[in-house]
Amino acid sequence: MYPHTHHQTNQPILDVSHLAVHYNGHVALEDITFHLHEGERVAVVGPNGAGKSTLIKAIAGVLQPSSGDVNIYGSHPDKHVCIGYIPQRSQVDWNFPVTVADVVMMGRSAKLGPFNWPRKKDWEFVNHALETVEISNLASRQISQLSGGQQQRMFIARAIAQESELMLMDEPLTGLDAPSQDGILNLLDRLKAEKVTVMVATHDLDQAASHFDRIMLLNHRIVAFGVPQEVLKTEKLLEAYGGRLRSTENGNVVAVDDCCDDEHV
Amino acid sequence: MSFLLTPLQYEFMQRGMIAAVLVGIVCAIVGTFVVLRGMAFFGDALAHTILPGIALGYLVSGGAREPLFWWALGTAIVASLGIGAISKNSQIKEDTAIGIIFAGMFALGIALISTVRSYAVDLSHFLFGDVLSVSAQSLWLILLFGGIVLFTIFAFYKEFATLSFDPILAATLRLPVDLLNNLLLVLIAVTVAVSLQTVGVALMVAMLVTPAATAYLLTNRLSKMMLLAAIFASLSGVIGLYLSYYLSIASGAAIVLTATVFFMVAFGWRRYL
Repeated sequence: MYPHTHHQTNQPILDVSHLAVHYNGHVALEDITFHLHEGERVAVVGPNGAGKSTLIKAIAGVLQPSSGDVNIYGSHPDKHVCIGYIPQRSQVDWNFPVTVADVVMMGRSAKLGPFNWPRKKDWEFVNHALETVEISNLASRQISQLSGGQQQRMFIARAIAQESELMLMDEPLTGLDAPSQDGILNLLDRLKAEKVTVMVATHDLDQAASHFDRIMLLNHRIVAFGVPQEVLKTEKLLEAYGGRLRSTENGNVVAVDDCCDDEHV
Repeated sequence: MSFLLTPLQYEFMQRGMIAAVLVGIVCAIVGTFVVLRGMAFFGDALAHTILPGIALGYLVSGGAREPLFWWALGTAIVASLGIGAISKNSQIKEDTAIGIIFAGMFALGIALISTVRSYAVDLSHFLFGDVLSVSAQSLWLILLFGGIVLFTIFAFYKEFATLSFDPILAATLRLPVDLLNNLLLVLIAVTVAVSLQTVGVALMVAMLVTPAATAYLLTNRLSKMMLLAAIFASLSGVIGLYLSYYLSIASGAAIVLTATVFFMVAFGWRRYL
């Protein structure tokens, strides 16, 4: 078997303390301290380059923090296989010769262990995951033939097949049309019933307010973290976004910079 | 019928045929990952980098061919891990670093071989291969080491597939990413050593990428891509050797040209039909 760590269930699913990440002397994240509760849904919002992707990668254990600690159920993430990382769609080679079912089965690689090929039980996990995200009919499609929303569902299915308890999603809604965004958000609501904890980087403050239990306002450090009505206050948003905010006619505040290309560090 | 059978009455043609097919299959399967991970330049560089090792073996053994496989194998493994380390840690860009090393080592190889009087003939065998001179002993080595490569890929199929498609997923699944990356480099190195006599260092990259790229155009499944690539490579080996026999052209070149024609037909078929 590949390394697995046992969970100390008296510890929080995610506990981050004084996390800092530096790139070539540049500070991406500093003094990040927070913890998550099982089954909650948290949105991470902040301007471009605020460190949202970096935070997600550090929590997933694929990026080493410069200082501070990340703990998943009481131990470092680098032995946990319960973290489902859902990449930005732009970072995927969509011409790779795999079908939807192949990609979802990749999520079973760790549980399968070396030298084992998928068994009946693993196919049941894959089929169940595809049913949960409602793309069973697309199982044998090549992945380039999917729409943006279907691509995102496939990665969520992969995280489900992985039996992940903490799903980290980097901009899952970016570039999707409104119905597809709603579909994904509804899907996240359903995952709550399965006790999956979800952490999503997003640009949309309205969606963050309407679909998530708590919001983290991030700009290299945590500007605010709490329930939406507490966090989405004008002075806090101004602190996080600086001048890059504007008010809409109905009184909402919207971040002006909307996308994300400088965040791939 | 006699058209097909006449060449096969020669033992060297039979051995060459078997060698070309075996090497083709191994190259095609390994080449699938070379193509999918964009490692064609690495493969080309690696093949060229082993020339000084072969040259040294050639000088030490006084021109005997059999020990050269071991020299090629050793140099290839050292060079593959060396290039892998350099491309990870280098200050200059990866392809520049590889380019410098590969050209320098290649020059060193030519310099060493040029100290021997019959150097033009010997050099051309190393550069372009000489499948018709494969001995029975070499054939066993190809079978053994090619078999090891194929078995390893079969054993770690899901790991290599996952790592190639999504390295971050592989990392979050806590697969041994560095180990698997180095294992793949070593597999490519063994493949290069195994293929040396068939296509030579200069044409090696064609065996690694052309059949796999042809298959890539025709299927959407990794396993089918491997199967199709192996079929194209075997056919290229057989057809190439017949062409070599009847048209009196160099065997390595004939095999590679056949593979290239397959690619162009597949490309045109995808593009215009």
